[in-house]
Amino acid sequence: MEIIYILWLRQLKKYWRSKARIIGSLGQPLLFMLAFGFGFGPIYAKAGGGNYLEFLVPGVIAMSILFTATFSGLEIIWDRQFGFLKEMLVAPVSRLKIMFGRSLGGATVAVIQGVVVFIISLFVGFKVLNWWLIPVALVAMFLIAFLFTLFGTGIASLMKDVQGFQLIVNFLIMPLFFLSGTFFPLTGLPQALKIVVQANPLSYGVDALRGALVGLSSFGFLMDFTVLAIVVIILLGVTSYLFSRIEA
Amino acid sequence: MIKVDNLIKKFGNFTAVDNISFDVKDGEILAFLGPNGAGKTTTIKMLTTVLPPSSGKIELNGYNPLTQKDKARHSFGIVFQDSSVDDELTAYENMMMHAVLYGIKKSEQKVKIEHLLGFVELWDRRNELVKNFSGGMKRRLEIAKGLLHHPKILFLDEPTQGLDPQTRNHIWEYIKKMNAEEKMTVFFTTHYIEEAEKAADRVVVIDHGQIVAIGTPAELKTKTGKDNLEDAFISLTGKTIREEGADSFGRMRQAGRMGGWRR
Ligand SMILES: Nc1ncnc2c1ncn2[C@@H]1O[C@H](COP(=O)(O)OP(=O)(O)OP(=O)(O)O)[C@@H](O)[C@H]1O
Ligand SMILES: [Mg+2]
Repeated sequence: MEIIYILWLRQLKKYWRSKARIIGSLGQPLLFMLAFGFGFGPIYAKAGGGNYLEFLVPGVIAMSILFTATFSGLEIIWDRQFGFLKEMLVAPVSRLKIMFGRSLGGATVAVIQGVVVFIISLFVGFKVLNWWLIPVALVAMFLIAFLFTLFGTGIASLMKDVQGFQLIVNFLIMPLFFLSGTFFPLTGLPQALKIVVQANPLSYGVDALRGALVGLSSFGFLMDFTVLAIVVIILLGVTSYLFSRIEA
Repeated sequence: MIKVDNLIKKFGNFTAVDNISFDVKDGEILAFLGPNGAGKTTTIKMLTTVLPPSSGKIELNGYNPLTQKDKARHSFGIVFQDSSVDDELTAYENMMMHAVLYGIKKSEQKVKIEHLLGFVELWDRRNELVKNFSGGMKRRLEIAKGLLHHPKILFLDEPTQGLDPQTRNHIWEYIKKMNAEEKMTVFFTTHYIEEAEKAADRVVVIDHGQIVAIGTPAELKTKTGKDNLEDAFISLTGKTIREEGADSFGRMRQAGRMGGWRR
């Protein structure tokens, strides 16, 4: 327990100390909210979609969680480069605990990031439909965060250096992000695209968040949370396996 | 305490450790002495579950580090040749991390950390981030961290590299005391001949991945007919200067080239 706690704390401390990174990572979501929220807003309203900002904000929150979480998983590669990975790997501690503590820390950081984006969105003009559902939103945020921290950790366990990094961002994270219903509603999508979006676990996270914050949901909470939980459990297994096999 | 039989490690076509066998007795201090690139670090990595051997047998406190990783890991502590601290944490936080990872009791953590940071004269700087430390300070922190728990076997890969002579003596006194009081087995590598002579019960001289001599410092001197260990060492390993391969990038390049030549 103490081991999980200290590894969790390490992630939080590192996050808190990198002020520049925190501010830098808030720029993109803010830009999305301003540019798309206000840029597309009128067109979206004219097309009968309602308030675009309300539609967009849950997606932007999910997006910043996606990025923060995946990168915090990928941080293992930096740990390897700076030598700290050895310290963890030769310690007489089960790999599962190490992986779990780190991932929990990474997920917590990503949730904090999501909450900060949420607070910023309130200033941009976002309105929450029902404040009683905020805990549901937090659970959704945590599941997205944990899922993608595990995902990042799994990928990082397969990589030896940072060379493949950009490749992963371009070919995995970007598609996950764009094909998750962040920017557009599912209704009226071509069938093929719809299937892709439905196969993307992030879609269910975005949908759950949208349901909790503005009451718009295409799959329903039950479906959303079931899918997220199942994917988290599968990734826990796969990532533990991959992490247990890495060599310092 | 440690038994190594016909241990081999190949990187591609290049044999870094070439069929070595030796053993280390319970409570013994053994020096692994050899020039750059001799295969010292590679051997330590295989002994400490970091690298799998290409072939050969290892026994560590009765366990096989390849198949009984956890039990083996409970038996040893290690100070690596290169950094193993987290730069973005403070000295104190790094020590605490180590204390928790090695299961030091909560009630003892603070006392032990204070004692060891005091010992390497970093207690006053405990709350500074390690990335702002000098090379010598980082090295001292690595050592303090390695000495925090008292394992059955302590591996030290060039522990005092880059430290001034006073600090070196100081640290060796401490290690010898641990060895005497707790019968801790110590396996260390070094380029410093005086260090091997002063601290080690026995010395293993390794060159080009092969063991060229094993014995007490006195035995090695008699064997080579030289009256100091430095001359004995040069007579065993020759006078050519080895390419410095201390950083991993250099190693990769070197290894790559080696592969290229043979293809
Ligand atoms: N991961 C690796 N891939 C390829 N070659 C490697 C690798 N690690 C080590 N080597 C090679 O194996 C040889 C032995 O390296 P090792 O690090 O064991 O030497 P060493 O005795 O510790 O030297 P030093 O005194 O410089 O620390 C070197 O030629 C090195 O280039
Ligand atoms: Mg070495």
